[in-house]
Amino acid sequence: MLNYILRRLALIVPTIIGISICAFAFVRVLPGDPILAMAGQHGVTPERYEILREQFGYNLPIWQQYFNYLGGVLQGNFGVSLATKRPVITEFMTLFPATIELALVAMFLAVIIGIPAGIFAAVKRGSWFDQLTMGVALTGYSMPIFWWGLLLIIFFSGYLGWTPVSGRIALSFFLRPITGFMLVDTLLYGNWPAFVSALRHLILPAVVLGTIPLAVIARQTRSAMLEILGEDYVRTARAKGMSPRRVINVHALRNALIPVVTTIGLQVGLLMGGAILTETIFSWPGIGKWMIDSISKRDYVVVQSGLLLIALIVMAVNLLVDLLYAVINPRIRVQ
Amino acid sequence: MKLMTTLLAATAMLALAAGAAQAKQLVFCSEASPAHFDPGPTTGGNDFDASSRTIYNRLVEFEKGGTAIEPGLAESWSTSEDGKEITFKLRAGAKFHTTPYFTPTRDLNADDVIFSFERQWKEDNPWFAYLEGMTWDYFQGMDMPKYIKEIVKVDDLTVKFVLNEPNAPMVANLAMDFASIVSKEYADQLAASGDLAAFSTQPIGTGPFVFSDYQLDTVIRYQAFPDYWAGKQPIDDLIFAITTDPSVRAQRLLAGECDIMPYPSPADIAQLQADENLTVLEQEGLNIGYMSYNTTEPPFDNANVRKALSMAVDKAAIIEAVYQGAGQDAKNLIPPTMWSYNNNIPADTYDPEAAKKLLEEAGVTDLTTDLWAMPVSRPYNPNAQRVAELIQADWAAIGVTANIVSYEWTEYRERGKQADRKGPFQIGWTGDNGDPDNFFATLFSCSAIGVSNYSSWCNQEFEDLIQQAKTTADQAERTALYEKAQEVFKAEEPALTLAHSKVFMPMNKRVIGYKMDPLGIHRFDGVDVTE
Amino acid sequence: MTQTPQIAPAKSDRAAALREFWHYFSVNRGAVIGLVVFALLVLIAIFAPLLAPYSPDIQYRDAILKPPIWDAGSDPRFWLGTDPVGRDMLSRLIHGARYSLFIGFFVVSGALFVGVILGVLAGYFGGWIDAMIMRVMDIILAFPSLLLALVLVAILGPGLFNAMVAIALVLQPHFARLVRAAVMAEKNREYVTAARLSGAGHLRLMLVTILPNCLGPLIVQATLSFSNAILEAAALGFLGMGAQPPTPEWGTMLASAREFILRAPWVVTFPGLAILITVLAINLIGDGLRDALDPKLKRS
Repeated sequence: MLNYILRRLALIVPTIIGISICAFAFVRVLPGDPILAMAGQHGVTPERYEILREQFGYNLPIWQQYFNYLGGVLQGNFGVSLATKRPVITEFMTLFPATIELALVAMFLAVIIGIPAGIFAAVKRGSWFDQLTMGVALTGYSMPIFWWGLLLIIFFSGYLGWTPVSGRIALSFFLRPITGFMLVDTLLYGNWPAFVSALRHLILPAVVLGTIPLAVIARQTRSAMLEILGEDYVRTARAKGMSPRRVINVHALRNALIPVVTTIGLQVGLLMGGAILTETIFSWPGIGKWMIDSISKRDYVVVQSGLLLIALIVMAVNLLVDLLYAVINPRIRVQ
Repeated sequence: MKLMTTLLAATAMLALAAGAAQAKQLVFCSEASPAHFDPGPTTGGNDFDASSRTIYNRLVEFEKGGTAIEPGLAESWSTSEDGKEITFKLRAGAKFHTTPYFTPTRDLNADDVIFSFERQWKEDNPWFAYLEGMTWDYFQGMDMPKYIKEIVKVDDLTVKFVLNEPNAPMVANLAMDFASIVSKEYADQLAASGDLAAFSTQPIGTGPFVFSDYQLDTVIRYQAFPDYWAGKQPIDDLIFAITTDPSVRAQRLLAGECDIMPYPSPADIAQLQADENLTVLEQEGLNIGYMSYNTTEPPFDNANVRKALSMAVDKAAIIEAVYQGAGQDAKNLIPPTMWSYNNNIPADTYDPEAAKKLLEEAGVTDLTTDLWAMPVSRPYNPNAQRVAELIQADWAAIGVTANIVSYEWTEYRERGKQADRKGPFQIGWTGDNGDPDNFFATLFSCSAIGVSNYSSWCNQEFEDLIQQAKTTADQAERTALYEKAQEVFKAEEPALTLAHSKVFMPMNKRVIGYKMDPLGIHRFDGVDVTE
Repeated sequence: MTQTPQIAPAKSDRAAALREFWHYFSVNRGAVIGLVVFALLVLIAIFAPLLAPYSPDIQYRDAILKPPIWDAGSDPRFWLGTDPVGRDMLSRLIHGARYSLFIGFFVVSGALFVGVILGVLAGYFGGWIDAMIMRVMDIILAFPSLLLALVLVAILGPGLFNAMVAIALVLQPHFARLVRAAVMAEKNREYVTAARLSGAGHLRLMLVTILPNCLGPLIVQATLSFSNAILEAAALGFLGMGAQPPTPEWGTMLASAREFILRAPWVVTFPGLAILITVLAINLIGDGLRDALDPKLKRS
């Protein structure tokens, strides 16, 4: 086991270096001049331009710039945003909880609805419930979520007026962030109405972001269940007169969930992509919106460090899932 | 002054008596996050709304809802005979904000004023580059280093600006956001602690509102300043709820999540106007949306070709489809509300037949060109892409093929400035102060080529007229010069002037006393809400 | 599927396999519906200029934002209404089918081409070539695909072609991984050894002997990528980084009319619906293909 973990970790090092090179290189080849981007609409004098170039090290050879950058990153210095002049890592840390909270709630919805739906569909294979669930799941899986989000806003916020349009919590609540997770913070303050307000703000974006993972999980659970239900030992258990419910609970479910856990883990990267669209539609102050704003503002430093941080997080989660998978599924270790 | 103190005391007592009663709150759904809260280096209208117009004051101020200059932190000022010295008498007893991070020990004085400008001006000032990679965009852009010779402290409450040459718009310039007065005492305190960057994130000013909290990209909170020199504001809390998407802003306003919002999408205005809880203020904007021909690029170097192309554009259709009727056909560069507007200029006509003939006469056939469309929505041009699509279709009718091109906003302007840019370029302008010079010289003077003269147009006659107008003090004389300049402009057509847009400000009916500002700034001093 | 030590199966075998495949595919009602819808879309795309009542670019300035025919205030000329500059929605949607399908084909071909080459190389040769290629794939996969595509388009400049290139690049590692795994599994089988002993070169071994045996999963992955490509291109269009107006690409149409979502919902609803239907049809086909080609599920 330890051997497996070490091997996985060793593979990760070159990937991390590659990611940092990519993030660095992308930003160098973006059209436009970072100095001019920071200077604003009136531009700078040639003298000042030179000073700034030197100050930011843009006059150095490219490999030296890369090592300076890498050195900074290793010391936790991810640079300073061209637009706000604030450290990128501070902005990231401020906005990251909003994205995580949204993603977790979306994932929670996807799991608590997707897994039972998938199990029932598998158990009642071929029934109208199965067909309906799988039909809905495939539709969800095919959904352009930016369009889906707009439709939900029109209907629930515009037409019915049930949910707030935008924001994380009603403005009348002024709570200084403790953890940055609105649901947790409101509870820590013991402010029940604020918690409800935060939940109401979260529900639509979470539904939109959770749609595709929900569909994937439901489908995956169903097929994993079907496979297990067809295995000999389950058939044996059934033949021995075990009640169907017990067969499902004791044998099938546990084994079926192994691949589902991996699926959930693999959704993390997709969730980040979905977060870009969801956050844009709902003006949700998270990482996705921050990145797209920075790309369109050409805030080079934010794009570079944001890419790096996001890729590292996605990779870390994937690694964790792999390891978890290895722990619960002994077969993989032999490979 | 004594009356003021008594009044203040009475208000404070009342506020206390009201005790737990609801604090009066105004929520402004703002359109973008401010970069930070130092108005010196920032450039966006959203930056200024969040800093200079709430937290800070200037020596002189624009009147509320107008462009006339009135006393601000300077009670009075006088200009010397030769026009080279302007002396400001400062207001006594103007207080800086007291916050958890700063407690002032003295009132505003001349040192603060001098510091406010020298930090933007003198490269050896420790505050000149206190943020990484910063530039003092407006101070440079308004050519202040060229005009100001020195700023002298005459006594604690008197400051003298010494100029290199007389400059008529100078006092108006000092009412602009970059000229906000900051606290030297606060700067010194931060310098001592070593945390200079806090100057931009934890602002201290003399303005009507005290900064209280900013949650990145989400919400900014202010409280009324109890010791404000002009008296405490009627509202207690001011909240900026940052909402970048215009339709989402409109939705929030309709849902009562905010009280007032800027820049509604033209598509939403009818619905907002129809809502019984809302009022929609509107005003002719001090702006111009136009399309610059590159006058150095053949065949656009021929004035007749430019005129023909302009003639082929159905401006009425653009105003209908893009401005949704909330715009006014622009025949001049400056809007009709500005002094020196030349109303004798005939309106542009839409005449594709004549345009075709004119092109033929100029020997232009099978013209293929790029057509530039801004990637962003601006008040003066809500959707440049759509304008481009319309112009593309209009030009196709006279045999001109246009390919629409667009880039990221900074990149767009950068490429637009290049002398070898290919094709007409959509852009626009919203006035910084009420002076015509701010339009003519900024956008079409010879020295603005490569900066903001996107037509690369340098016409000697026009140049002489506007330069003369700049150094003349007499407004009647200036008017005559600018009227003449507009004639030259029309005869040469360096750009197609599209439209002056109306500016709308939808708000809840409970908001009282909001005045729209021709300069496009949003200020909340004097605004009240009913319960 | 049985692996016989033959280099290529005989013709009659192939026909039988195809029959068997169609048998399994046609059992799946959803897949057949998907196929029919997809065929219709292809026909619409091919004959767009004949089917569309108007040119997608012509602007009727007297009929701006007219609602669909069943709404009050509609204009009988325009069945599905008009857009903000007076262009016929129906004609634009019909022409939009061309773009979406073209995007799908282009991206999948590109991704397939690059992915298969890289995957075969990595799987066949192993060693440092494999390590290099797979690390690069790891790096690409570590970035969320939409984010990576966005950055790539920002570098290349917004536009349909660049968006397609970016999406192909982002989707290609999935093919590479799949092919690599399949090649590694196959390359030590007897039939490959037999072919090698009979003197087949590297290229022949890779492309003619091994590759056809990984075809099943590849086809399934290609279908999935087809629908992904359409969705991602539409998302890029929605974020203003894909096809540029006035191109009648569905995502771009949706984005450029977004401000009218309340006043004129049809300009937003129809393009989104068109995307959904297309992607759904392709995914239905994909499901059918997987069931028909995956031997493990066949038995259950």
